[in-house]
Amino acid sequence: MSATDQWIEIGRLEQIPRRGARCVKTASGPIAVFRTMEDQVFALEDRCAHKGGPLSQGIVHGAQVTCPLHNWVYSLETGEAQGADEGRVPSIPLKLVDGRIFMFARAMLVAAE
Amino acid sequence: MKEKLVIVGNGMAPGRALEKLLETAPDRFDIVIFNAEPRVNYDRIMLSPVLSGEKTYDDIVIHGDAWYIENGITLYKGCKVERIDRVNKTVHSINGISERYDRLVIATGSVPFIIPVPGKDLAGVVTYRDLDDVNTMMIAARAKGRAVIIGGGLLGLEAAAGLNEQGMDVTVVHVMPTLMERQLDPAAGYLLGQSMQARGVKVLTSANTKQILGDKRVSGVELADGTIIPADLVVMAVGIRPNMALAKEAGLAVNRGIVVDAQMRTSDPSIYALGECVEVAGQCFGLVAPLYDMANVLAAQLAGETSTSFTPVATATRLKVTGINLYSAGDFGEGDDREEIVLRDAAAGVYKRVVLRDDKIIGTVLYGETGDGPWFYDMLKRNVDTREMRDTLIFGQNYQGGAPLDPTAAVAALPDEAEICGCNGVCKSKITGAIAGKGLSSLDDVRAHTKASASCGSCTGLVEKLLLLTLGDAYNPSAVQPMCKCTDLGHDDVRRLIVAKGLRSIPQLMQELEWKTSCGCAKCRPALNYYLLANWPGEYEDDGQSRFINERVHANIQKDGTYSVVPRMWGGLTSSTELRAIADVVDKFAIPTLKVTGGQRIDMLGVKKEDLPAVWADLNAAGMVSGAAYGKALRTVKTCVGSEWCRFGTQDSTGLGVRIEKFMWGSWTPAKVKMAVSGCPRNCAEATCKDVGIICVDSGYDIHFAGAAGLDIKGTELLCHANTDDEALEIVVALVQLYREQGRYLERIYKWAKRVGIDSIKAKVVDDIDKRRSYYDRFVFSQRFAQIDPWQERVNGKDAHEFAAMAEFGIPQAAE
Repeated sequence: MSATDQWIEIGRLEQIPRRGARCVKTASGPIAVFRTMEDQVFALEDRCAHKGGPLSQGIVHGAQVTCPLHNWVYSLETGEAQGADEGRVPSIPLKLVDGRIFMFARAMLVAAE
Repeated sequence: MKEKLVIVGNGMAPGRALEKLLETAPDRFDIVIFNAEPRVNYDRIMLSPVLSGEKTYDDIVIHGDAWYIENGITLYKGCKVERIDRVNKTVHSINGISERYDRLVIATGSVPFIIPVPGKDLAGVVTYRDLDDVNTMMIAARAKGRAVIIGGGLLGLEAAAGLNEQGMDVTVVHVMPTLMERQLDPAAGYLLGQSMQARGVKVLTSANTKQILGDKRVSGVELADGTIIPADLVVMAVGIRPNMALAKEAGLAVNRGIVVDAQMRTSDPSIYALGECVEVAGQCFGLVAPLYDMANVLAAQLAGETSTSFTPVATATRLKVTGINLYSAGDFGEGDDREEIVLRDAAAGVYKRVVLRDDKIIGTVLYGETGDGPWFYDMLKRNVDTREMRDTLIFGQNYQGGAPLDPTAAVAALPDEAEICGCNGVCKSKITGAIAGKGLSSLDDVRAHTKASASCGSCTGLVEKLLLLTLGDAYNPSAVQPMCKCTDLGHDDVRRLIVAKGLRSIPQLMQELEWKTSCGCAKCRPALNYYLLANWPGEYEDDGQSRFINERVHANIQKDGTYSVVPRMWGGLTSSTELRAIADVVDKFAIPTLKVTGGQRIDMLGVKKEDLPAVWADLNAAGMVSGAAYGKALRTVKTCVGSEWCRFGTQDSTGLGVRIEKFMWGSWTPAKVKMAVSGCPRNCAEATCKDVGIICVDSGYDIHFAGAAGLDIKGTELLCHANTDDEALEIVVALVQLYREQGRYLERIYKWAKRVGIDSIKAKVVDDIDKRRSYYDRFVFSQRFAQIDPWQERVNGKDAHEFAAMAEFGIPQAAE
């Protein structure tokens, strides 16, 4: 197993507000890490497929986020745009262990290519 | 010369009689009214929704001041009549006003019955009869203490539910074994007791009050069995007695009430009486329907049409407690000559009972499902033989003739004279006639033209079906736009229910109002956050996660994810110190664009999010605070230089603009609010396209509002003239507070004004000084919690997580 298969700890659950998001900066660009009302965590590339808006700044509702620029709504689970809008943002696997959040390291690299 | 008609009392019965009289014989009388209460005629039946917070006094006014003026009626408010001089045909009030009469109407109503127990006069023991009683109870309820209601009848239970909604710990003490025994049979009374208990009201039946405890102030109620219930408020609601003292003293015939014949005449041919104060054929009345019948008879009498007479009919009763459906009418006692049909569905909480004599309905009690009430009641009044439908009668009108019919078929089948609205005595043909004849298309239209469904609202469903029946597809019943896909409720319903149910957080609201999503969406959450904040200032904790990013981080997001920063410049004034500080900030943080805005501010564009707190710290240090350029809030007050510099200026427009802005900054509003003050009618501050604009003139200040210069372009409307800057400020503040309380989220002032009507706004913030003051006071109170600079808070560390990444990884680090 190479190092890039590892999960990298990015922080703790309570660092993200419920129904909110934080950014993780990577060399390839920011990744938005979301926490839902029910304490599920999801990560999407922080770039709306429409005009590049920062999804981490949007309103989180259920397992969805609404982009702050033009109100596109994305599923946090799949990164698919909802409703009439068509588009997708890459989602990044996360693991939550005892309140610690781990991000799939290779995802950061893939994003960097 | 016109005859002079004097009316003693200004309740619902004489109010209705006057309406009818003015319809049929508008010019016959000079009319004078003495009202012991210091106000106009209001809908006493609706006091319970006022107590529970679902309505306000304004909502239940039947005749506003303008009505009396338009009809040339003299109304003496707060003017109790103490003596009738029948020899000289004059009445005399306690404050010295006397009037001569040709005809006199006594409508003194009733007085609450006070049970003669020790302690009945203690402070904190109140009755439930008029608006003053409601106000007393609402003030007492603010302390959220314990209330005991003595009396488990209609009024007592409505008081109990209302005080419970207001957050009090409520116990009902009722002397009979079941509640509302005069309107309900024991089975329905029991179900009602269960429903009351389920909402947190304790119910004690077969409970006899021995005394009210306390030293000066009430502290509790002791029952005959020795039980002591602690109480901070005791409401006596055991019944009413006709108020006949005045008539008795004048030597008119009285018994239990003032004795009148079926034409409402007393023993003096010049004097009539009607309402709860009278006794007709040995009977007294307390429900509104027969009182309105009396009003019709009296109006006909006064108009010279003497053939109509009053005949008491069985009356239907409803309890006006949101969420409890019960309906009863007629006689439902048991007896050998009677049969009954009963349907019970315990799981659904439904109980229906129809009492028959000789196959005709003489009484009905419905609990849980009351839609067929008017149908049963109509058959009762018309003496319909029910033999043919005996097997299916109890299932209701939809089941007559086999399969369930479409919903409008049921109302279509009702005869023209069937009563739809019990509160206001409106029959089916009057409603359908008005819909067709006057081209009405909405529920509000029908309410305005016929009064049907305008009081307790329990016939709303029937009225809607009549609209559908009469208009067909042209009627769009879902005219109420839901807030969003998470609910079927419209904005106004949600705002009303926040007050009525005392909802204090978003999760609680979504639970109680049955939101369809787990935590709302980007449309409803910001709206709910605003409504809660506006409703419970100082109490509700702002939910940042329900705010749009701009309001969450107090800057405006730009297309590239950077932010713009606009400091406040009061009234558009700035100084060399401020400008120097701005210049330094721009250099220090390499801010790419600096621009002057349309609202006389300076905008720094392209600030990185993580720099925001440091930028604000430098601006704060130079004395600048957030300009709220990002908020649904007071944005800017634009001014011209006014009398300070301008050769045309009539007043100090800059000074007034600064004063308004310093007074109102920090307040959240349904949508952004932009203002301007111009020093003369040349209007250099462009005040007449603002949400609120003031034009200074020699004699003072013309206050304009409801302008727009964005998606829509619209000149302002003139609200009023103010003589002083103090008055102008008070009016502007009251106007904005009214908007804060009524506006739908994202609805600008001009759209709100169009929706509610400019006259209704004027009535509240211009014509009625007391009301204006109360809006002003509420705004001032809410400002105590709003005037905190959000930049300063964040410089000091609030929401630090917003401005820093959670983690940073370079490729080398991740690839190691």
